[in-house]
Amino acid sequence: MRGRPLLYVDYEEEQSLFPTNVQKALVVVGALLALSIPFGWVPGMKFLAHPGWLQLLVIALIFMIGAAGLNIVTGMAGQVSLGHAFFMGVGAYTTAALSGNPTAALWGLELPMWLGVIAGGLVAAFLGVLIAPTAVRVRGLYLAIVTLGLVFIGQHIFRNWNQVSGIPELGRNWGPFELALWSADGPKIDLSNDGEWFGVFLPSEGKAFLFMLVVTTIFLLLAKNLARTRIGRSFAAIRDRDIAAEVMGVNESKAKTQAFAISSFYAGVAGALYATFLGFLPPEQWSLFLSVQFIAIVLIGGAGTVIGVVLGTLFVQLLPRVVENSTDFLSEQIANETLLAPVADLVIKTGAGDFGVLSLDAAGAGLSIFQANTVIYGLLIAVFLIFEPLGLYGIWLRVRNYWKGWPFTY
Amino acid sequence: MPQMVPLLAQANSAETFLTKLIDGLALGSIYAILALGLVIIFKSTQVLSFAHGAVAALGAYLAAYFVTVINWPGRYFESLPVTLSFIISGFVAVAFAALVGMLIERIFIRPMIGQPLFSIAMITIGIDIVVRTFVGDLLGQGGNLSVGSPWGILSISKFGEIVVPHVFIAAIVTVVVVVGVLILFFRTRMGVAMRATAFDQEAAMAQGISAGRIFALAWALGAVLAAIGGIFASISPRGFGVTGGTAFFALRAFPAIIIGGLDSIAGAVVGGFTIGIAEIMLGHYLAGASGTLGLGFTGLIPYLLMMGFLLIRPYGLFGTEEIRRV
Repeated sequence: MRGRPLLYVDYEEEQSLFPTNVQKALVVVGALLALSIPFGWVPGMKFLAHPGWLQLLVIALIFMIGAAGLNIVTGMAGQVSLGHAFFMGVGAYTTAALSGNPTAALWGLELPMWLGVIAGGLVAAFLGVLIAPTAVRVRGLYLAIVTLGLVFIGQHIFRNWNQVSGIPELGRNWGPFELALWSADGPKIDLSNDGEWFGVFLPSEGKAFLFMLVVTTIFLLLAKNLARTRIGRSFAAIRDRDIAAEVMGVNESKAKTQAFAISSFYAGVAGALYATFLGFLPPEQWSLFLSVQFIAIVLIGGAGTVIGVVLGTLFVQLLPRVVENSTDFLSEQIANETLLAPVADLVIKTGAGDFGVLSLDAAGAGLSIFQANTVIYGLLIAVFLIFEPLGLYGIWLRVRNYWKGWPFTY
Repeated sequence: MPQMVPLLAQANSAETFLTKLIDGLALGSIYAILALGLVIIFKSTQVLSFAHGAVAALGAYLAAYFVTVINWPGRYFESLPVTLSFIISGFVAVAFAALVGMLIERIFIRPMIGQPLFSIAMITIGIDIVVRTFVGDLLGQGGNLSVGSPWGILSISKFGEIVVPHVFIAAIVTVVVVVGVLILFFRTRMGVAMRATAFDQEAAMAQGISAGRIFALAWALGAVLAAIGGIFASISPRGFGVTGGTAFFALRAFPAIIIGGLDSIAGAVVGGFTIGIAEIMLGHYLAGASGTLGLGFTGLIPYLLMMGFLLIRPYGLFGTEEIRRV
């Protein structure tokens, strides 16, 4: 009986979070590799121990929480939400008001970070519950437009409520990124300063990475677990056929309210952590673009799956770095006049009169690196939906199924 | 969006009310034209195009580009008046927009026929950010390309006895376009084919209608209307040039079609005028409270109106209620 991955002898085994031994092994190895990143012990991954890379990875981990939230409402419950940025902003500013430092013009109670982050999640969840009745009343594309309106309303409030969000286009400070039972006690776990952990010197980003790795893992496991609970199954029923679900006894309005509440909680926590980690953000941060970025993550990774969230976030967050590095590579080719120079010259705009898709100085025609990333997100959303609706997860499934039967490719 | 030049002296409150009503109608006509484009695409292809705002901004940019950057009609005819030059450029820009609409349909939407509507809507979001980024890049860092005052520096034009306030040009074009669309939809073979395809794709194809051509046509028409709306939103007297905000302005056509109903031509026009009038009226009468409400709160009025409206009538004023079958 052993060694047959698709054979389950009881229901519990089939329903477990990681049903096969291979999956369990992969999770353990993945966790160990991730834990070792800031220490730079594993050959081949040493470059990731650099503070710049670590910061990128911390942001990716925070985004995974937000993406898991959108995945719950859009992937699992099938409710299109363009309002994710709004809920993230709510979480961020709740935290700012609770744990930020007050000045003459700014609110801030200087409470510890954990309290602010949890409160941020709860306030966002509360607003999610307020929005949910609209989702019960209107369906599909109508809901997408309502949530689109939410982003604009949110941006307006954030821009104008200066006691909370600071000056427009400038922003405000968040509280310190640290774990302390109570602010006055001083940090129990200091995440904002470099220091020694386990006898190894770590940059602050390395500590933040380890902290976020734990937090994100908890949130992702909870999201994965949600799918096999009664609530999660009611989400899937609503997504697949809402009226049939109601006939089966699923309370539609309750399920949608729960989906929005949980999703908004995730978004609020992600927004709070993101803002606290970066420490300074303008109110313009919580724009439609952020929502679209999360939609890109969920769709590129594979809607409805937690592993898709991880893959999608890594892809979307690391893409800017890849684009940047490849433009550096191409400019070097031009500078050294190698064989690749003619191709590189077409891609990169070097002078005022030169043709090129990318331009390295921000001014003038030719896409900047940021714009190039945006274009790539947009195209990838379309390309994945047309060719691989299951996203990166679907590609992984295809690869796996090919090798499962290898060499018999029937 | 910048406020408009008042038409009449604001002597008493009744006169102010009338002035604001006229302002609202003028603004509403731009929303109506944008909303009409969305409805045409939705009616024929069941796709809600989130790329509408981006296409509008692209059309507005192209029109401004032809006039100001390359001075395209003007360079061949030296004595060509600015107004005429602008109108010619506008037509060319609109033609380009039609081409863009057809390209979007052919490349991204055609392969998705039969897929869930949600997926197609998401694809249009992808297209939206691509087109919007390119327009933003073309606009450069200043982010504003203005054609000046294509209708002249006065706020009215006189043609003999007839006086045309410039705010009405958009409204006049809207009336022409709406009548044109109605004729196209209800009085031509093509319109019958479009309605048949919207009603039942397979049955229409069985009658020899090429659904693909209808789709392409609907997208071209939608893009044309988006571009016209975008152009009017960006020129005086409504706007001060093409900016990144032009796309967001055009997105307010969504509340208009939600209020009117996603699949109703009459709804698009009524919805457009409703939010236009509401925006100007509330903007005027709540101006005293703008300290509390924040600068630019008028831009939110369409969305707030839409949300309130949806709770009362989930399918809009004239929209068809979705029949759900098990």
